[in-house]
Amino acid sequence: MTSAAAPLLRLEAVSRHYRLPRESLLAPGPLVRAVDGVSLDVHAGRSLGIVGESGSGKSTLARLAMALERPTAGHVRFEGRDLHALSPAELRAARAQFQMVFQDPYGSLDPRRTVGWTVAEPLHGVHGASGAARQRRVDEVLDAVGLRAADAHKYPHEFSGGQRQRIAIARALITRPKLIVADEPVSALDVSVQAQVLNLMADLQRDFGVTYLFISHDLAVVRHVCDEVAVMRHGRVVEHGATDAVFAAPAHPYTRALLDAVPRPEPRRLA
Amino acid sequence: MGGLLQMSAPTAAERGAASLRRERSDGNASPPLLAVTDLRVGLRTPRGPADALRGISFSIDRGETVGLVGESGCGKSMTALALMGLLPDGARVAGSIRFDGRELVGLPDDAMCALRGDRLGMVFQEPMTALNPLHTVGRQIAESLRLHKRMDAAAARAEALRLLERVQLPDARARLDAYPHQLSGGQRQRVGIAIALACGPDLLIADEPTTALDVTVQREVLELIGELVREDRMALLLISHDLGVIAGNVARMLVMYGGTVVESGPTAEVFAHRAHPYTRGLFAARPRLDGPRGQRLATIPGRVPELADLPAGCPFADRCAIAADACRAAPPPAVAVGPGHDARCIRLDAARELA
Repeated sequence: MTSAAAPLLRLEAVSRHYRLPRESLLAPGPLVRAVDGVSLDVHAGRSLGIVGESGSGKSTLARLAMALERPTAGHVRFEGRDLHALSPAELRAARAQFQMVFQDPYGSLDPRRTVGWTVAEPLHGVHGASGAARQRRVDEVLDAVGLRAADAHKYPHEFSGGQRQRIAIARALITRPKLIVADEPVSALDVSVQAQVLNLMADLQRDFGVTYLFISHDLAVVRHVCDEVAVMRHGRVVEHGATDAVFAAPAHPYTRALLDAVPRPEPRRLA
Repeated sequence: MGGLLQMSAPTAAERGAASLRRERSDGNASPPLLAVTDLRVGLRTPRGPADALRGISFSIDRGETVGLVGESGCGKSMTALALMGLLPDGARVAGSIRFDGRELVGLPDDAMCALRGDRLGMVFQEPMTALNPLHTVGRQIAESLRLHKRMDAAAARAEALRLLERVQLPDARARLDAYPHQLSGGQRQRVGIAIALACGPDLLIADEPTTALDVTVQREVLELIGELVREDRMALLLISHDLGVIAGNVARMLVMYGGTVVESGPTAEVFAHRAHPYTRGLFAARPRLDGPRGQRLATIPGRVPELADLPAGCPFADRCAIAADACRAAPPPAVAVGPGHDARCIRLDAARELA
């Protein structure tokens, strides 16, 4: 997978291993290779989907890309810079460029903070912007995700799941990031609301050129959103390519098994 | 209300159930295993009283598979809990649930306990919380056998092993003494199914049985449930938010919204000729593996209403593109749109024009 333009995010043979608690006094605990030698490029303005089942290493990969985890081996480069070679201050400044949206819009928003505070929070570590500029920016991002400026004064419990996920996306947008890492962003939402959030993410990409690293267990959702897809299993990428190609002609048996297992909305004739 | 329904002369509710039955069975006169008629459940919520179920009617024959599909808060789990007699304290129930000729609404607790786990089996969504973490798998399966079938410990253990083998749990003999945390999610759900099947129920209720599972495991578990239901000629009520799960596993389906059944019919019929604007919206909103890529998804504006906010008329009226004043005035009646296929909508002609 080479491309003329340098990738926005490059994972170079990245691994993350965890040592489990030892089961015997004499032997070290077993080693879990959560992510095991993964190399992927994410290009600006495009979407890369990561699919796989629970335990495949998708979420660990997301945390590595966000520099929330330090890789056991390999490098995570954002615009060419190795994120784990940066000083803490440099890393904090660089974080404005990549933001994350989590799966559970109930757990990822602080229930005791107003929406305005939560959405503005990423600005605290980044800009020395004035209060008024900050307020304008909060209004802008709330508008971009289809919420009202007045919603900034409300608390998360006053919103539905889909609206909370919009708030989480607004918070991710506030620093004008180039990359948004979204870990199962619509899995907790009802189908009718999921469609609204997926359309919103597509609009933001079109309007602001946002790049997505989109993690999901739902193959239909990934197919809808992503230009490219990587299939993970046991910490490794077993297949990677253009979404249409991978879904039309899966090369790896595991990809085929995943695709075959998706329940199709066509009824079987049952007695 | 239970007493009223036990009188010998058929009540209006019973006649209603009988006509529902005639609509879809081919002259088969035997009474259905389960007949739910105008079932209403009222709950106390922090925002005041709310109607969780607003008069639903359906029936299930012996050996029949029926699916219940809908989004969160539509009342599908509430329906399952009402059938199992497990509604929260303070819930008000009206209407009728006749199971094999017995009225379950108003049934005393001890009589309900005798049915539950014996004639009525249930598989829950989250096998980790449905199982007791402090007891071995074998003991949890044996519990209902000892209670309902009066088996001694040795016989119950032998039967538990047979059940674990039947649900195809690998290494079943060793797993009898395992605790739930030692099993994977799919294995735990197999144990949950073994518990539900232990006493050979007539009706198996599976509430989102595979939602917590990976897609490849989901397929195995659904195939297992399908096999067991066919082998034992059990009736199945499968509850899911996933149209794909419903499509592949049940012969007849009900679409719920806002505490009502808005559409019902044979699965193939409903998929081929979806009639209700909500059903049409639900189908259109779903990203597809085989559809065109890169297009916007159709959306249903607004959000699933909270129970306390449901309008007096059609529960979908506030999100419906073709709602008229009449829709908000009174709950719409069921309109036949095909063989055994009904929709509760007074604007079906306009709905056909929707994308």
